[in-house]
Amino acid sequence: MYNEHSDAHFQMRIDKGEHIEAKDYMPENYRKHLIRQISQHANSEVIGMQPEGNWITRAPSLRAKQILLAKIQDEGGHGLYLYCAAETLGVSRVELIENLHEGKAKYSNIFNYPALNWADIGAIGWLVDGAAIVNQVSLQRTSYGPYSRAMVRICKEESFHQRQGYEIMAKMMKGTKDQQAMAQDAMNRWWWPALMMFGPHDTDSPHSSDAVKWKIKRETNDELRQKFIDKTIPQAELIGLKVPDGKIKLNEKTGHYTIGEINWEEFYRVIAGHGPCNKQRMEHHIKFHEEGAWVRKAAVAHKQKHLKKELQTV
Amino acid sequence: MTTQEAIYKYALRLGDNSLILGHRLSELCSRGPILEEDLALTNISLDMIGRTQALLKYAAEIEGKGKTEDDLAYRRPENNYYNNLITEQPNGDFAHTITRQLFISVFEYLFYSQLEKSKDETLSAIAKKTVKEIKYHMQHATDWTIRLGDGTEESHKRMQKAVNDLWMYTGELFEMDEVDTLLFREGISADLIPIKAQWQNDIKIILIEATLTLPEDSFMQTGSKQGIHTENLGHILAEMQYLQRAYPDAKW
Repeated sequence: MYNEHSDAHFQMRIDKGEHIEAKDYMPENYRKHLIRQISQHANSEVIGMQPEGNWITRAPSLRAKQILLAKIQDEGGHGLYLYCAAETLGVSRVELIENLHEGKAKYSNIFNYPALNWADIGAIGWLVDGAAIVNQVSLQRTSYGPYSRAMVRICKEESFHQRQGYEIMAKMMKGTKDQQAMAQDAMNRWWWPALMMFGPHDTDSPHSSDAVKWKIKRETNDELRQKFIDKTIPQAELIGLKVPDGKIKLNEKTGHYTIGEINWEEFYRVIAGHGPCNKQRMEHHIKFHEEGAWVRKAAVAHKQKHLKKELQTV
Repeated sequence: MTTQEAIYKYALRLGDNSLILGHRLSELCSRGPILEEDLALTNISLDMIGRTQALLKYAAEIEGKGKTEDDLAYRRPENNYYNNLITEQPNGDFAHTITRQLFISVFEYLFYSQLEKSKDETLSAIAKKTVKEIKYHMQHATDWTIRLGDGTEESHKRMQKAVNDLWMYTGELFEMDEVDTLLFREGISADLIPIKAQWQNDIKIILIEATLTLPEDSFMQTGSKQGIHTENLGHILAEMQYLQRAYPDAKW
């Protein structure tokens, strides 16, 4: 008998390219995989507010301050609707934040690196958001409807972020020697971590196979990384930034760049909690979450009081 | 003092208010009690910095020395800043942030509603845009004041303390000096006397609904219109002006 609640039927829908919606049948592992991925994505948006926030109070012009404020506000907004997308899968925001604090849920490793000079704000926009976009453009076609729609919205804003980041870098490369040095310094520090954002090589990626079968993930880590490399190297050269990799070569036949070896030891070390800012980022998030507890409690108490009053007057 | 000089000082003062409060609010990025509040506070900060840009640009034009709004924001020393003392007070806990915002937003709403009628076209245009934004700031602060005042025992206590702590900085909002009176005579500035009565009334209504007590009037701090500030401003400027001061030849 035909069963709409079977894995076979689910896979058939995926293969036909249909979107899966919140109330549709889905295998438990599909749900788990999505919760893990979407919450990690949401957490990344929120934790990413910290390195950029580190420069808001020192932004060097009123325009720069406005752009940065608007950008961070966008990131917070992305976090918010990604948490909502995760909630459609039957998990609450409270649980998602608890998981983050307990280390059960992750966020993008890239935010465990510090933002040390103003050009880092440029590098984060251009390289970090640039890498994120490559991934997110691909995720617009992901099989889970709410996630896919969130990605469509997010991509529009992220491409603006990438442009503003590149603008900062270009401006600094046209500026004084000090500014050029800051820009190059930021490039040197962010280039490799940005490449690591795509995750391990396909041959070493533990979550990829199911994700590809279920069309959560539409392209592999290495395919996405290559897209980013091919797009970014000419942009760097155009403004006179040196890519910190002596082994870069353009393969004339394929049109793709080949690069030197990524330091995977560093990648796994930072994931394991030993990056420059892992501890700081998490403690910051926990501290302000805890400090805000009395506010959240008061909001609930106020609402309940007024519900009671309304009920009494009915 | 000529009218032009007075307009320069007036625009500068208004620009400094939004610059410094906008800066304070921007410090709260990633520090809100809930993500929605992070967004709300950043949004208010963004409005404030936008307003600053318009006001300081106008001040620079009036001054006529070829300066930009950034020169005015980033290159003046502390005692050439004229923002009200309340704007530079630290964010404190969320109760202090909200109370500071409530006192200022209710004032600004009344103030800019009057300034809409200014004979100075630029100030009037800025005021029209600003009033729309402030309505939201005021609603946000009012809602939270009521929620926290009439929330839990702890939130009530914190709110009452914030109200008491910040009260002494509210008197200054209504002081009229030579600049104000000169421009008022010419139909350019707002009259702060009726605004004061209205402000006291509006705040009283909100605090009563929030089950909070209006503090007794005691000594009101003063000084900002002469460029005399609390110790807070120096730290704000040291941070805000860092890049402009460290690399004076750089363009950002």
